[in-house]
Amino acid sequence: MTGYIIRRLLQFIPVVIVATLIVYAMVFLMPGDPIRALSGDRPMSEQVQDRLREQYNLNDPFLIQYGKYMWGVFTQGDFGTTFQGRPVLDIIQQGLPVTLTLAAVAFCFQAIIGAIAGILAAVYKDSFIDRFVQVSLVVAVALPTLAIAFLLQLTFGLNLGWFPIAGTRDGMVSYILPGIVLAAVSTGIVARMLRSELIEALQSDYVRTATAKGMKRSRVVTRHGLRNSLIPVVTFLGADLATMMGGAIVVESVFNMPGLGGQVFRSIQAQENTIVVGIVTLMVLFYVVVNLLVDLLYAVLDPRIRYE
Amino acid sequence: MTTAPQNTSAQHSRSDVAGNGPLLEVKDLHVEFRTKHGVAQAINGLNFTLEAGETLAILGESGSGKSVTAQTIMGILDMPPGHIAGGEIRYRGQDLLAMKPEQRRRLRGVSISMIFQDALSSLNPVLPVGWQIAEMFRVHQKMRRRPARQRAIELMRRVGIPAAERRVGDYPHQFSGGMRQRIMIAMAIALNPDVLIADEPTTALDVTVQAQVMRLLKELQTENNMGLILITHDLGVVADVADKIAVMYAGRVMEAADVYDIYARPGHPYTQGLLESLPRIDAAGERLNAIPGLPPSLTDMPPGCPFSPRCPYATDLCRSELPGLLPIVAEHTSACHFRDDMYRGRLQTPEEAQA
Amino acid sequence: MTELNKAHTVVPAGDPAPSPAPKASAQKDASLWMDTWRSLLRNPWFVVSATLLVMLIAVALFPQLFTDHNPRDCPLSRSRQEPSAEHWFGTDIQGCDYYTRVIYGAGNSMAVGVIVTLSILVLGSLLGLLAAYFGGWVDAVLMRLTDLIFAIPYMLGALVFLAARQERSVWDVAFILIVFTWPTMARLMRGSVLAVINNDYVTAARALGAGPLTIMRRHIIPNSLGPVVGYAAVYTGVIIGAEATLTFLGVGLQLPAISWGLQLNDAQSYLQQMPHLLTFPLIFVALTVFAFTTMGEALRDALDPKSKKR
Repeated sequence: MTGYIIRRLLQFIPVVIVATLIVYAMVFLMPGDPIRALSGDRPMSEQVQDRLREQYNLNDPFLIQYGKYMWGVFTQGDFGTTFQGRPVLDIIQQGLPVTLTLAAVAFCFQAIIGAIAGILAAVYKDSFIDRFVQVSLVVAVALPTLAIAFLLQLTFGLNLGWFPIAGTRDGMVSYILPGIVLAAVSTGIVARMLRSELIEALQSDYVRTATAKGMKRSRVVTRHGLRNSLIPVVTFLGADLATMMGGAIVVESVFNMPGLGGQVFRSIQAQENTIVVGIVTLMVLFYVVVNLLVDLLYAVLDPRIRYE
Repeated sequence: MTTAPQNTSAQHSRSDVAGNGPLLEVKDLHVEFRTKHGVAQAINGLNFTLEAGETLAILGESGSGKSVTAQTIMGILDMPPGHIAGGEIRYRGQDLLAMKPEQRRRLRGVSISMIFQDALSSLNPVLPVGWQIAEMFRVHQKMRRRPARQRAIELMRRVGIPAAERRVGDYPHQFSGGMRQRIMIAMAIALNPDVLIADEPTTALDVTVQAQVMRLLKELQTENNMGLILITHDLGVVADVADKIAVMYAGRVMEAADVYDIYARPGHPYTQGLLESLPRIDAAGERLNAIPGLPPSLTDMPPGCPFSPRCPYATDLCRSELPGLLPIVAEHTSACHFRDDMYRGRLQTPEEAQA
Repeated sequence: MTELNKAHTVVPAGDPAPSPAPKASAQKDASLWMDTWRSLLRNPWFVVSATLLVMLIAVALFPQLFTDHNPRDCPLSRSRQEPSAEHWFGTDIQGCDYYTRVIYGAGNSMAVGVIVTLSILVLGSLLGLLAAYFGGWVDAVLMRLTDLIFAIPYMLGALVFLAARQERSVWDVAFILIVFTWPTMARLMRGSVLAVINNDYVTAARALGAGPLTIMRRHIIPNSLGPVVGYAAVYTGVIIGAEATLTFLGVGLQLPAISWGLQLNDAQSYLQQMPHLLTFPLIFVALTVFAFTTMGEALRDALDPKSKKR
């Protein structure tokens, strides 16, 4: 097991390096001069511009720039400074709680609602509940995130006025709509996955054995059927958490939330390259670590899997 | 093995069904499967009785309804598509089919329990075997985790699993086929049931292991005075273990008798065919006699005797009229119009009769 | 898989006596497709989504058939009108007939969706097939490459790339979406091929001396493409949603192009005053995505017996 973890971590190193390198290259090889963009209409002396270039290693060859940056990140946790001189880590620390809260709300929503819907649909297969769940799922999975976002904003935000439609000023309440939007598609996938897994499990020999042992139906479903069906679902939920960062960009922009996703979007447009690179590096690391954890969780849940 | 607390609570849970009559009695059972393609009559008027300490072998080809019989007795038949169209299953005089579901559930695994053919798929792959055995004590006897686990270890030891206390936390896939079937048996006999149904318990195992598992079953049966229903298609297994045999064909009992009598003097052409299709050590070099043809489709039963299309002795009577399961001598019944001639070896094929 | 496989096991490659067997196989093939078709027609989701899709494609190809107005005829005098008999969806800020604008927006969305899907279907299937068939380092390199791309959120990659371009056409948007979505298709195909490749009939064909190309063409591709094609249809919907989102965020298509994403972007500022500006393009985006994903799911169910867990 330890050997496996170490090997996986070693495998991740090239992924992290190349992924960040690609983003770094895309950001810093973009046309346009960030220093000039920074100075805007105000005239800036050549010396000031040169000093800034020196400070941000913009005169070094590209790979050296990248190397210096990554060295800073991994040895000192230094994600660089913005062109205004503010540490990027500062900005990350400000946006991170918002994004993490949003992800947590979305995660809880898709895990709980997805599981309940899936279990009900499987246990009452072919009943009205099942049909209802299935139809809602087709719609939830098929609608683009953007459409769901505006739909909820219009109905529950504007028309009914139940939830705020922008910002995070109202505390947890302001996370509800964005959380649902971020979770919508995955909720559908979770429910559908759990439904088909549970239906299969409930037809299996070991569930028949549990019934023959005189177990109550509820115990048969939860202890014997569900225990097996949850394995792929939990794996999916974990992997989905890793990709939630991408979804946060859209949702935070639509709901105007001061999280990392909205931040990275604004920084891209403002050519605040250091912020973009800093946040992206963090997202890639998050993805890689979460995926490793999911693999390990998989081994814990399914005793038949043994990583050598 | 039988400790005091376990016994009292087992008796307690059985007290509400204490009655008289045979241990288990199946009367005129009819089971159908209702599918899109029609109604398949899986069991058509099944009758048998089982007494304590007795082993009844139900013998038949695949599709003869023997597994459906087992599942119907256990109450684990998938309904729908399964449907019990009639009959009674009496356990100590009480009709299981008329019981409330909750009352019936309390009997499952406690008074009547079952062993399945494929232990690998029948054991839960993600739960330790010890947990699965202990579950019987924890649910039916409200035992706490530790003593239940202790009982599970004892049971594993009893069914011959080496180093039981070390392996109690292992998962099914970590055991060999024979060991898995022993765990299945341990689970089934955990609460000293009166009736044990074993559905092809050794079919999935190697020949050497088969004998060991059958011996274990026999031992446990004698120890606890259980009624054992052994469902099999293997005549070889039956001969050693069974007291009585019921031969099933197309959802009916064709012949039922004492094991020695049926081997010595079959009272039904189907039984005779089965016996002749066995390879015999004293008939080396001769061709095996397979029964020609296939069992009838359950959705489209022939009128008359269901075996008549394949029977070498079939007459017009056989093709038009269904023979009842009637005694030839005491304790030997057969569903053949010519049961007496068959039994006495006087039955001739129509061609022989012509000649 | 079983049904699909059986149809092709009838004639192992290199069968020395191609007597009546090929004919039987052809008939089975035909009936297999007929079966698929019949089961599709029985699926109400397929019927609804296919009908919708045919209509939307017609709208995308021939928008002039659906409206008399010119989308670029925008007198400011009639701007910001509510929906009426004359202007079904009202008019926008510039005074364009909004119904016409929405109708003409279909083309770009469909174009991006179809270009991307066809490209990743070809590219992904090919790479996935090679990885699964040859294994070893080919497989290892390809899988690491997909790992790499999965590690970068595609929305982020597209944002960074597109923000850097001054002029963005349908092709730019399509390009970046292809770069970030082909790994999904490649992995799917790889898994699908791996499921087929260990079947006895592939081994049999190999033992009979069939070359890799023959085996791929006759045995592997026909049996593994089903789920991939279904998924590609689902993915078209996802891509169209992504294009609308990117354009909405301001890094996709640019004016003067007519696109649902641009309309949504404009409308967001008037969410309170004129919600209809948001509603109509949104309905069209939602319907298009819904039609593709739902039809894809139906196709997948019909083509891949494994997914028929009902």
